[in-house]
Amino acid sequence: MKARVLVTLKSAVLDPQGKAIEGALRSLGVPGVASVRQGKVFDVELDTVDPAKAEATLKDACEKLLANTVIETYRIEFVG
Amino acid sequence: MKSAVIVFPGSNREGDVARALQIVSGVKPALVWHADTALPAGTDLVVLPGGFSYGDYLRCGAIAARAAIMDAVREHAARGGLVLGICNGFQILCESGLLPGVLVRNARLRFICREALLKVERNDTPFTRRYAKGAVVRYPVAHGEGNYTADADTLKRLEDEGRVVFRYVLPDGRRDDAQVLNGAANSIAGIVSEKLNVLGLMPHPENHVDPLVGPTDGRALFESLVGALEKA
Repeated sequence: MKARVLVTLKSAVLDPQGKAIEGALRSLGVPGVASVRQGKVFDVELDTVDPAKAEATLKDACEKLLANTVIETYRIEFVG
Repeated sequence: MKSAVIVFPGSNREGDVARALQIVSGVKPALVWHADTALPAGTDLVVLPGGFSYGDYLRCGAIAARAAIMDAVREHAARGGLVLGICNGFQILCESGLLPGVLVRNARLRFICREALLKVERNDTPFTRRYAKGAVVRYPVAHGEGNYTADADTLKRLEDEGRVVFRYVLPDGRRDDAQVLNGAANSIAGIVSEKLNVLGLMPHPENHVDPLVGPTDGRALFESLVGALEKA
């Protein structure tokens, strides 16, 4: 089965890259952008069809490597 | 002093730190490959050098922190063995959980390559005993992700326990968190572990040991280690 893991900075952590992108959008004249936060997306293929098992595997992957939980949070989504 | 410098794919300061160790201690350090599972017998000091291990993929130091040799480094640290992480090595120490917090992108997004002024906050650690307490020293810095961050509780604990060993300061020795070159919380440039045996710092003492290059302010850090181990 396929899953998508989203890793984003915790809201209290400053995101200088997001700020720079926000500024660039503003200078391009893209209207209505209040703020930008940058994150990461991981598309993962798993060799199981058991959602509970897949969730456990991905949680383990996030805690061990994909996210640094000092500054980041993660969300797991299952896709099609 | 028997030292081991760990080499990861993408490390690039292992030669500089090995040279500094040899100049100061007279003993050539062992270079240890990341895929090895054990340190050379009798290793006193482990050094995680600067560079761009694994191309800084995922997060700086994240993949190196999970390398095979790191279990041996963790055991060495748990036994009270000395560990020094410089620049990318500091990032690896934070990612591996040997030191708290994390190093994120510099506040103004620029890669900073210049000399930095640092205050030696304490000289009762194995890494700083040859400095005067409060001395201001010059080490070069070269990093894009040196902005030290931790949650408020961790920062408070580090300060309460006096674990900030190096702090960025202005030429007059004053600390100004609003002007710190990379945005680091509390102007933190280097911290030690609870037992004072693991030091991580962003600046490069190993590049200021030879009068041919200029200042030799970094020398005393390596002399401190030699002295600490002789005494032990």
